[in-house]
Amino acid sequence: MSAATVVTRRPVPPAIRRRRMLLAVANHSVAIALSIMFLLPFAFIVSTALMTNQQMGSLSIWPSPFKWSNFTDLFEFFPFWRYAWNSLLYAGLGTVGVVVSGIPVAYALSRMRWRGRQLSFVLLLSTLMLPVQITIVPLYIVFVRLGWIGSLKPLIVPLFFGDAFTIFLLRQFFMTIPQELSDAARVDGANDLQILLRVIVPLAKPAIAAVALFNFLYCWNDFFSPLLYAGNNPDTWTLAISLQQLTQLSRGILANLQMAASILFTLPVIVIFFFAQKVFVEGVTLTGVKG
Amino acid sequence: MATVTVRPPAAPEKARVAERRRRKRRSAWRRQLVALAFMSPWIIGFTAFYVYPILSSLYFSFTKYDILTQPVWVGFDNYTFMFTSDGRFWTAVRNTAWVVAVIVPLQILVGIGAATVLTRVRRGLGFYRTVFFLPTMVPLVAAALGFVFLLNPGGPVNAVLGFLHLPEPLWFRDPAWAKPGLALMAMWMVGQTMIIFLAALLDVPTQLYEAADIEGASPLQRFRHVTLPMISPVIFFAVVIGVINGFRYFTEAYVVSKAGDWDNPVGTPQDSLLFYSSHLYNSGFEGFHMGYAAALSWVMFVVIMVCTLVLIRSSRRWVHYQGGFR
Repeated sequence: MSAATVVTRRPVPPAIRRRRMLLAVANHSVAIALSIMFLLPFAFIVSTALMTNQQMGSLSIWPSPFKWSNFTDLFEFFPFWRYAWNSLLYAGLGTVGVVVSGIPVAYALSRMRWRGRQLSFVLLLSTLMLPVQITIVPLYIVFVRLGWIGSLKPLIVPLFFGDAFTIFLLRQFFMTIPQELSDAARVDGANDLQILLRVIVPLAKPAIAAVALFNFLYCWNDFFSPLLYAGNNPDTWTLAISLQQLTQLSRGILANLQMAASILFTLPVIVIFFFAQKVFVEGVTLTGVKG
Repeated sequence: MATVTVRPPAAPEKARVAERRRRKRRSAWRRQLVALAFMSPWIIGFTAFYVYPILSSLYFSFTKYDILTQPVWVGFDNYTFMFTSDGRFWTAVRNTAWVVAVIVPLQILVGIGAATVLTRVRRGLGFYRTVFFLPTMVPLVAAALGFVFLLNPGGPVNAVLGFLHLPEPLWFRDPAWAKPGLALMAMWMVGQTMIIFLAALLDVPTQLYEAADIEGASPLQRFRHVTLPMISPVIFFAVVIGVINGFRYFTEAYVVSKAGDWDNPVGTPQDSLLFYSSHLYNSGFEGFHMGYAAALSWVMFVVIMVCTLVLIRSSRRWVHYQGGFR
């Protein structure tokens, strides 16, 4: 033991220090090379979004002059703000629905003892694995009968009836809150609803925020369901759909405008990511999946 | 006889026990009701959006149904057609298998590689992690449109390849190169997988590495006998999710197919990007063969269930759970 301490205290021999130095350089070169690979597509896309139409044809990579007006010309081509509003409606209302319906369910699954809890949890977990494609045929037929196709309702309403991923994540977090807190509140005469609202929810604010964020981005990025349910009615297109249909909206739209639109669509997500990076990285590690 | 005379004094005691039991039962019953009330959003949602659709799509899968007219019972016709006469079904299955067999393993390899790089740098870790993860934040539609541009025959990637005197494929315009183009995009968006592996790699106890060093293990042996067993649960997880995502694979392919011309059928070029979900979408929501689409979704349901079960069963043989349970 003492021998080991002596060894670590002795100054590092130059040969070993040089080896460590070389290793660090090697590691950083690999990391930097990878970083460039990951960043290059961003660079190409941003530079294209700033090019003039003539420059698009040439092989040059650097825009000259910078055509910032691409970002405003865009609004003449398609009603960007209407689609942004639809995306916001879907993501915003959907998130409210998912959180409001998920909290009581997660509470019952984590902090109450009742018959059927285990079974419900297993069923919930099994739906976590099922892609939407499994259920769309009958759901589409139901929404046709309700007259909801071509509106945002088929996207938003189901989210008010519990989302498996949200419930699972909240349940995992509720499990970590000490039982004594609930017991103390119960001794003071609080019922389950009061315990949930006054004890659990305030303590679980970070988890609720994370879940809300995940869901907001999931809806913002979602493509399949909006295409299916709102695809036939341009008034209800979300940004994700409209971006894809830019080619149809104005045949032969140039890549610079299309890239500019993609950037405007992506920017809010990136901004949110930088403000809440910890939530993402830890959330992904916590659950393994993002939605 | 004697027992009867003894009984009366015991009665109050018995009544009290019964009363207590009744009260206990009543409070348990109340708790059950409260719990069910809390659960009600999910119970309704589970019934309406899972149980009902799965069962009713089983019924629809035995019918011919176009929404406008009543469904007509056709027995196993949809399934026989699918397996024996629908060439596009098999194309979709092959393409989906390609995703599972090529993209998923590549993602796992690149994910482990990038995560390993992150465990080896000390300074700038936060920066590198952000950069590696950033692409996964880009919405799929935007990413796909971006790659359509990057990989267009006269685009930046081919310019670089040309500069290096390498062959310049036509990517999304060439059936042979379209799927590799999508694979490239999947590698760019590997961040999710990488973060999971990073957490797993950081979880490996350092004593194990120290022990391996004392035994004189080479870096490769260390990886094979220490790292790999310790992160195998995560590999297992990534494989399961990867298989399911293979069936879900739709958005990228759809956007890429339609990017060149709106009128392109899903799966362009030449059905090389026709995946299982695309075929389902085509059959049900462009052709309005709802019965056939229901049959496709049921086959998908069964295959996903079987894959998950097989993977879970086989995992016992090769997955090492530290401390037995995790």
